[in-house]
Amino acid sequence: MKYKTGTLLAGIVTAALLSMPALAQQKVKIGFISTFSGPQGSIGEDMKNSVELALDHLKRKVGGLDVEIIYGDDQVKPDVGTQVADEMLKKHQVNFVAGVIWSNVMLAVAPKVTAAGTFMIGTNAGPHQLAGEGCHEMFFTTSWQNDQTPEAMGKYMQDAGLQDVYLMAPNYAAGKDMLTGFKRYFKGRIVDEVYTRLGQTDYQAEISQLRAKNPKAVFVFYPGGMGIQFLKQYSEAGLRGQFPLYSVYTVDELSIPAVKHAALGQLETRYWSQDLKNEANQKFVGDYRKKYKGKTPSFYGAQSYDGILLIDSAVRAVKGNLADKKGMIAAMRKADFASTRGKFKYGHNHFPIENFYLLKAVAGATPTADPVMEIQQTVFKDHKDAYGSACKMKW
Amino acid sequence: MNFVLIAEQTLNGLQLGVTLFLLAAGLTLVFGIMNMVNLAHGALYMVGAYLASFFFQQTGSYLLAVLLALAGTLLVGIVTELVALRTLYERDHLDQVLATFGLILFFNELVAILWGRAAIFSTIPEYLTGHVQLAAGLRYPLYRLVIIGVGVAVAFVLWYVVARTRLGMLIRAGASNRAMVAALGINIRLLYTVVFGFGAALAGLAGLLAGPIYSVQPGMGELILIQVFVVIVIGGIGSIRGALAGALIVGMVDTMGRAFLKPALSTLISPSAADTAGPAIASMLIYLLMAVVLTFRPAGLFPAAR
Repeated sequence: MKYKTGTLLAGIVTAALLSMPALAQQKVKIGFISTFSGPQGSIGEDMKNSVELALDHLKRKVGGLDVEIIYGDDQVKPDVGTQVADEMLKKHQVNFVAGVIWSNVMLAVAPKVTAAGTFMIGTNAGPHQLAGEGCHEMFFTTSWQNDQTPEAMGKYMQDAGLQDVYLMAPNYAAGKDMLTGFKRYFKGRIVDEVYTRLGQTDYQAEISQLRAKNPKAVFVFYPGGMGIQFLKQYSEAGLRGQFPLYSVYTVDELSIPAVKHAALGQLETRYWSQDLKNEANQKFVGDYRKKYKGKTPSFYGAQSYDGILLIDSAVRAVKGNLADKKGMIAAMRKADFASTRGKFKYGHNHFPIENFYLLKAVAGATPTADPVMEIQQTVFKDHKDAYGSACKMKW
Repeated sequence: MNFVLIAEQTLNGLQLGVTLFLLAAGLTLVFGIMNMVNLAHGALYMVGAYLASFFFQQTGSYLLAVLLALAGTLLVGIVTELVALRTLYERDHLDQVLATFGLILFFNELVAILWGRAAIFSTIPEYLTGHVQLAAGLRYPLYRLVIIGVGVAVAFVLWYVVARTRLGMLIRAGASNRAMVAALGINIRLLYTVVFGFGAALAGLAGLLAGPIYSVQPGMGELILIQVFVVIVIGGIGSIRGALAGALIVGMVDTMGRAFLKPALSTLISPSAADTAGPAIASMLIYLLMAVVLTFRPAGLFPAAR
């Protein structure tokens, strides 16, 4: 009898040990794709910093479960992004893929992830295809649809009565969306529309063309390193006084330290700003500065921080049952988390309906400090993207 | 399209051309003489830009910063040659590509650790800012004119060194028959180190000149390196004259394509079609040119004498 009890105990212990890995696997795996190398690596760094800060705020638990985060570098290349996503799906078997800066990378990665039955949480790129016909119940974004931000600038410039505007953007998916969005609200005369190579470093030839056309105002979209180069060269050519420059995603917390005074007075439109007065945002910005040597986060960071909180809200709602995807979709549709932009709703295509503000780069607190972005006025309240009607998804 | 605009775009093309030339000259020498594919040449360009902006910030003197950055890049080049590349000369090109690609990653991470991943603010002294009135209606940035001047001066000095000095004679001899030069008692290893250091300093010069216009950040070298390879292929591998011609052709074709292709196309096809086709073709133009050159003159326009 004693012998038998011993066997039974051993059996129980073995069974318990065997079930351990199953318990340990009950953690959330998130694959985060961004650009961590090369000239655009500073965007990825800001996103990663914000993801880590979000995890700090959540005490390293997502929806009450342990979390493992795998970072992947897309090198601004759609093919590399797809490979990285593949590895996350097959090797790491992640529950969520998040991140992605570039629209061309997003267009390659998102369909692959959602087709595998995994959630894709975009934290930057918002190509129009994914907001319209290509919308998917497994795809959410914490950012915006590409057209929305330039729509706000188009509206501002239209209301300001500007005429003869010259448009410039890099020649890729988002560049086209940006100019389309701008033209949806700006109805004045457009002098010319110029597309440059993605990742171009020298804009002197385009600047000479621009000067020859003599426009009344210039609108550009030059994200990341391209923005730094464009702003410097525009300023160096002495054009800032001659042709007022308006932009989206060009003057931000990442480009200002590199261009300094060349950013001063620049106007941008955006859904978020570091001075947005809500508790979640003040905590995010304040703790970010504390954790990362006084650096100010950018909107890339704010969206990525929000992305982790969105995932947290979904996993929490299904009480850690990661197999309950329907439950998580329903939870995410509520956008029930403390977003850095304040309370917002999701449209039925899973793109945010949010406010857009006019921002200005104003002088910093001390004469040697870099300029800071501050909100001037609200351009759109609860602004919806233009492609939702083409999305067949039902809630 | 008026005269002023064409003149201005010509200057733009020239400026891009001489920047490419400074990079191509070093790369083509290393390739032609040592038969070595050095993908890390762009990393030295980046090192030059970083060192110049660092020293300018520290010393406050631009000229001193330029000299220190040149000496610094020369040193980095020589150390790289001694430590890493020396072991690669006898290997085949694939090994060299792999190893020098590794060096790119190494240098990019190193500058990211030292100076951070974000682009850093790099500027020029007050006396180099501003514009010069070249003709009625034609104002051109002084700094870009200085770049053109430096490029032309370097081209002249290089021609003099290679064609008229003993060192140049050795370089040319080393390129045509390495074993013979060694047999005549010349220390070919030392010669290689000197050539490599020299090429590195030229890349550093290109970097420190370009830093204030573009942006100083990790990976800046790779953006321009592809164009430099196109220059070398068009000009002919191992030839300084080819590098100069190739660089000017590529600089001009690229600039003119970006500036005038779209308006030119819109006279032929509909403006909306030109809007789409113009930028697409303009960005391919230098590669198309390379394909044409390779078809008719596979060795490039000015191949090095063998």
